[in-house]
Amino acid sequence: MPGFGLTLGYTIFYLCLIVLIPLAGVFVKAAGLGFDGIWQVVSSPRVYSALRLSFGAAAIAATINAVFGLLVAWVFVRYDFFGKKLLDATIDLPFALPTAVAGIALTALYSGNGWIGQFLEPLGIKVAFTPLGVILAMTFIGLPFVVRTVQPVLEEAEKELEEAAASLGATRWQTITQVILPTILPALLTGYALSFARAVGEYGSVIFIAGNLPLKSEIAPLLIIIKLEEFDYAGATAVAAIMLVLSFLLLLIINLLQGWSRTRSGARA
Amino acid sequence: MDIQIRNIHKGFGSFPALAGVDLDIASGELIALLGPSGSGKTTLLRTIAGLEFPDTGQILFGGEDTVALPVQQRRVGFVFQHYALFRHMTILENVAFGLRVRPRHERPSDKDIKRKAAELLDLVQLGGLEARYPTQLSGGQRQRVALARALAIEPRVLLLDEPFGALDAKVRKDLRRWLRELHDKTGYTTIFVTHDQEEALELADRVVVMSRGRIEQVGSTDEVYENPATPFVFDFLGNTNILPGEVREHHIYVNGGPQPIADTAGHEPGPIDIYVRPIDLRIADAGVPSFDVDVLSTQRTGPVVRCEARAVTSGAVIEIELPHLHHDVPALKAGARVPLRLSNFSVFARGKPISRQALPDVVANAPAEYRERARAG
Repeated sequence: MPGFGLTLGYTIFYLCLIVLIPLAGVFVKAAGLGFDGIWQVVSSPRVYSALRLSFGAAAIAATINAVFGLLVAWVFVRYDFFGKKLLDATIDLPFALPTAVAGIALTALYSGNGWIGQFLEPLGIKVAFTPLGVILAMTFIGLPFVVRTVQPVLEEAEKELEEAAASLGATRWQTITQVILPTILPALLTGYALSFARAVGEYGSVIFIAGNLPLKSEIAPLLIIIKLEEFDYAGATAVAAIMLVLSFLLLLIINLLQGWSRTRSGARA
Repeated sequence: MDIQIRNIHKGFGSFPALAGVDLDIASGELIALLGPSGSGKTTLLRTIAGLEFPDTGQILFGGEDTVALPVQQRRVGFVFQHYALFRHMTILENVAFGLRVRPRHERPSDKDIKRKAAELLDLVQLGGLEARYPTQLSGGQRQRVALARALAIEPRVLLLDEPFGALDAKVRKDLRRWLRELHDKTGYTTIFVTHDQEEALELADRVVVMSRGRIEQVGSTDEVYENPATPFVFDFLGNTNILPGEVREHHIYVNGGPQPIADTAGHEPGPIDIYVRPIDLRIADAGVPSFDVDVLSTQRTGPVVRCEARAVTSGAVIEIELPHLHHDVPALKAGARVPLRLSNFSVFARGKPISRQALPDVVANAPAEYRERARAG
């Protein structure tokens, strides 16, 4: 294996410099508090509810994206229509848009007197400045991840698979549940994981629409900033460390699920 | 199950993919649909399957009109060029799929399904590989799984779309022979699509030669090869030389030739084209009707010697093929002038141009979906 030592060495060095050392710094700083100290920070009602909101809303947003992102990818892959290229390009906008702009735009739309908010308000649905707004912003920024991971796999899953299933007597529903979904499941899980991870870490777009009421619509990343501004460095890193651990565990679980569904679809020979 | 196809028309946009196709297929026959890209052969196969619907016409399975029947209810076994196996299922599950998706009251027990699928895998000589996934098999094995899967539903007809198209030459040959054996053993009415004339001639009972959405000729492999009905069929079934010629006083002349090369079998006097295969040209002995050519070049490729020559009188460039040990070979040196005789040929009236390839301009204007398929063959 020529070059293995050099490339692996470089890989590890690079990973350390960019990812591992900063993350280790978080843990070292947090460790200064001791286990009890960390526990005290995390179990405080404000931190607990912020963590719950961040992870809960991210999970809901990623789920919504998984369903509707799949639908969008399906339409793009299977149908030809006027303006498809243009629409396809707009999918990537949440990637490129400064998140603050997205947050402000969403807030303007969904606040009580906004274009959409004014119709929802009489129905008793408040979006801006509530957890619902948090979910909305997270859904917005996560959509491209699902679409872009599922699209190529759907393209590869030829129409012939469906035709084969139909010729064997399968109904449309059986074809979707037993043939198409299992084929794209690994890609869908990847999209879900990416969308979820992005949503957990999202800050810019959420803080504008969330209203940031402690215990109600305050997300964990914002809480970290607040603690930093109060010069509570240890507290900030404690929250950060907990977020890291939780994110890592969840992504690990999704990765394992993915590995399992990939072996089921056969290692690509 | 016998199949009757009655006056099928089918267009993609303004492009007529099938323009009035009639075909009778007897029960248990093995039929090849042969033609170039864009000839409509795949569209015809998919129409029989119910994956495409004709604009007009009837398709009768054992006398019953199936045109209104969706593919799920036609009970056709369809095998795709690229296998279309379900990647997330083992090959046993793939084969069992058609039985497992049946409505509950028609579905055999789990045990019976497993047993039947295992039997079919034995039939296609893949017993023992039940637990593998499709990606762990070779191309030839995958295509046999696809065939077993299609057979599991006990189809009324087995349809194969370029079944060997994605395989390399050696595997293709083995699989061809094996498919023929399997057909003789199981007796399913089988229709397969191919653009490879060798494959069609070797495998089929009857060959249907198609061009531009129409059937050019239907016949046994000998019939279509020995008595091609049209210039197109002659040209499509093998390498072709076209010699301009003439019918005069019940004799056939090569243009400018001083002596007739044959008597006519009832051809009208006038200009003709003589179609002759490179392997049917040999050096003539003295006194035998012949025409002179100048040898331009000679080249051996493997077991065959290919020789290019120009007819002295008409200037037509022709190709000659010989086994490399043939006694004519030494005489075919570049620069030599030799007399040739035609051991076998066909005559067509001039002015019926043949179109061997799909018409590129027509295909280019067809809808995207059709072009895809035309390209795939």
